[in-house]
Amino acid sequence: MTTDSHALVPVEHSPIAGFAHDSRGGISNPVLGMLLFLTSEVMFFGGLFAAYFSVRANAPQWPPEEFRATLQILPLVGPATILLILSSFTCQFAVWAIRRDDRTAFLRNMTVTVALGITFLLMQGTDYVTLGSEGLTLSSGTFGTTYYTLTGFHGAHVFGGVIMLSVVLYRGMAGQFSSRHHDAVEGASLYWHFVDVVWILLFSLLYLLPGR
Amino acid sequence: MATTTLTPAASAYRSGLYAWLTTTDHKKIGIMYLINSFVFFFIAGLMVLVVRAELAQPGLQFVTDATYNELFSMHATVMIFVFIIPILAGFANYVVPLQIGAPDMAFPRINAMSFWMLPLGGTLLLLGFVTGGAAAAGWTSYPPLSEDRPLAAIGSGQDLWIVGLVLIGTSSILGAINFLVTIFKMRAPGMTLFRMPILVWTVLVTSVLVLMATPVITSALIMLFIDRNYGGSFFDPRVGGDPILYQNVFWFYSHPAVYVMVLPAMGMISEILPVFSRKPLFGYKAFVFATAGIGALGFSVWAHHMFTTGAVYLPFFSLMTFLIAVPTGVKMFNWIFTLWRGKLTLATPLLFALGFLSMFLIGGIDGAFSAAVPVDFALHDTYWVVSHLHYVLFGGSVFGVMAGFYFYFPKMTGRMLNETVGKLQFVLMCSGFNLTFFPMHELGLAGMPRRIADYSSAAGWNDLNMLATIGGFTIAASMIPFLWNVFVSLRSGKPAGDDPWEANTLEWATSSPPPPYNFDHLPEIRSERPLFDLRHGRTAGH
Ligand code: HEM
Ligand SMILES: [Cu+2]
Repeated sequence: MTTDSHALVPVEHSPIAGFAHDSRGGISNPVLGMLLFLTSEVMFFGGLFAAYFSVRANAPQWPPEEFRATLQILPLVGPATILLILSSFTCQFAVWAIRRDDRTAFLRNMTVTVALGITFLLMQGTDYVTLGSEGLTLSSGTFGTTYYTLTGFHGAHVFGGVIMLSVVLYRGMAGQFSSRHHDAVEGASLYWHFVDVVWILLFSLLYLLPGR
Repeated sequence: MATTTLTPAASAYRSGLYAWLTTTDHKKIGIMYLINSFVFFFIAGLMVLVVRAELAQPGLQFVTDATYNELFSMHATVMIFVFIIPILAGFANYVVPLQIGAPDMAFPRINAMSFWMLPLGGTLLLLGFVTGGAAAAGWTSYPPLSEDRPLAAIGSGQDLWIVGLVLIGTSSILGAINFLVTIFKMRAPGMTLFRMPILVWTVLVTSVLVLMATPVITSALIMLFIDRNYGGSFFDPRVGGDPILYQNVFWFYSHPAVYVMVLPAMGMISEILPVFSRKPLFGYKAFVFATAGIGALGFSVWAHHMFTTGAVYLPFFSLMTFLIAVPTGVKMFNWIFTLWRGKLTLATPLLFALGFLSMFLIGGIDGAFSAAVPVDFALHDTYWVVSHLHYVLFGGSVFGVMAGFYFYFPKMTGRMLNETVGKLQFVLMCSGFNLTFFPMHELGLAGMPRRIADYSSAAGWNDLNMLATIGGFTIAASMIPFLWNVFVSLRSGKPAGDDPWEANTLEWATSSPPPPYNFDHLPEIRSERPLFDLRHGRTAGH
């Protein structure tokens, strides 16, 4: 049984745990892992964006006649965008706070970030309902399909981010983070910035780029 | 070895099976990868035996057209996504941490999760057979065929296919992240990048390919799913969609994926050839740069699968495809000059490695032919392509897998496989393989299209098809000595000792099988062959 004697030892206490924390300086394993994961996410959205450009370029008219005035920056999407951008700032403030061991500021900023994320999701949901009532659905031709697929997958990522940040917040309240030990905070904040950048691109494409 | 004190309740659970199911040890996970992959290999193999039986003669003897479509589609899907890609990841899982002197992968629990997604995803793929029909639009699943609503009405197979592949793809991506962090951050002191064994290099490049390409097919699959189930119109030309878009996104992944399917096998070959010719690998750095070159160029050739659509810029993609043959050729020279004037030991791993070299060479030359646009216009979608892809994937990757299996089995189990039975397997497999796939060149040139269940007896394809079927069953027969060998050797094989092959790299410096966390102490690492240095009392390498 000796060969299996480590089977029940939690990974944190295993001989390899030491490798996770800057054993050779530089960026830690979880943060590197997150950066690589984000690379794959870039490629995933790259596929969706490529599809968007392709169908948009092939369409005789964009947006199609019946949806010329459907996508509106006000009242919801513009403010939601501002809130999401703000949340990236508060998230970064939280990271800076924990780096200097200021737990109060960390928790305060993290709470605001999570709240902003949830607000964004609620606003997006409301917007979906409005758009749906105006007749724009997933099956309204390529315009509807691409709109909902892109924003939907972005929304799913915001949702994932909110979960991630909530776990970080919860662990933060339990006092698990310090200036020396907060890889989860760094990782989650990288993810959150990524989600924010994707939204800025999406917003520019869907709402700002002039149609024809 | 240190034992941990356990509560009685805990030790009751620690029986063999439970320990395996809950393990985060990269070696156990690696072995589970191998077992799982071989199970799916046999399933996909059985499917294609039916296909070959059907094609032996003109007329429909065994299955209906519809079943035939399901069989060849699922054969290819399972072989590619649940056999060859995962089994190479399995070898990498087992060997890479050992070769770089690490105690485990960087994220052991994510590693376990990556594994468990595979049997799940594979089962989802196959579930179609019992829910009214598996996916039947080929492993490429081009729309409009794969979106055809009447076809979709037959069963949920195509949707299960999508969901299964997304899962398997996610498993690959998580695995790739794990490999990259492991390779970048967990190397033992002294193990610089240019002292890493070639297998580690190939896994590194493969992981980059997986990381950058697999998410793209995930996006394609999701778009297909939306089209099929939620009235989307990405690929539906009736409502402004574009079927060629799918092909572009699909091949943006699937061409790099062919390197995912072969690079780690090339890595294992590059470990085996030096050991059995008692020479270092010829041109280590050239090999590394060739591998990186293949990885980079691999992203610029995808449209060679779409020449005949008329929708891609032919000169560019043709040129790039010819170019990618160059680094592949460099590797051929690395291998041949490694063998050149070496003291060859014709053990089974070397036999399979030589099989790899010769078969892969044929497949590569076939590929270069198809890279010429006018030639491809004639050969596209004929049996020529089937021949090409099997020479690279079966003749290359599967022979590489077998070479690796015979090579690493002693490390994994502490016992040697039987050499005589191994050679018998090699002879059967190699002759069966060529009997099956060589005639397909001829069939392709004679115009026989791929993916057909029946053909006219007047077409002149009868004899060659019969030959290919005989070959197919010969390959199947070669699995009997293989299984027998594994079965018997596990029980009564010759004990292997730490280093049965007098090899060069770190995995052979620990016991067989290695203890949890791999090493009690590591030899000094001064070159890419630390064990060779140790044996010959050399302390300074290059
Ligand atoms: C010397 C390098 C290679 C060249 C120049 C090359 C070229 C090509 C071309 C032009 C095609 C398209 C043929 C057609 O459909 O008309 C093709 C198909 C294919 N190749 Fe290669 N290839 C090379 C290496 C490989 C390798 C290393 C693998 C896998 C290990 C591979 C796997 C495949 C597969 C699976 C297909 C068929 C895909 C399908 O339509 O189902 N090739 N190759
Ligand atoms: Cu290709």
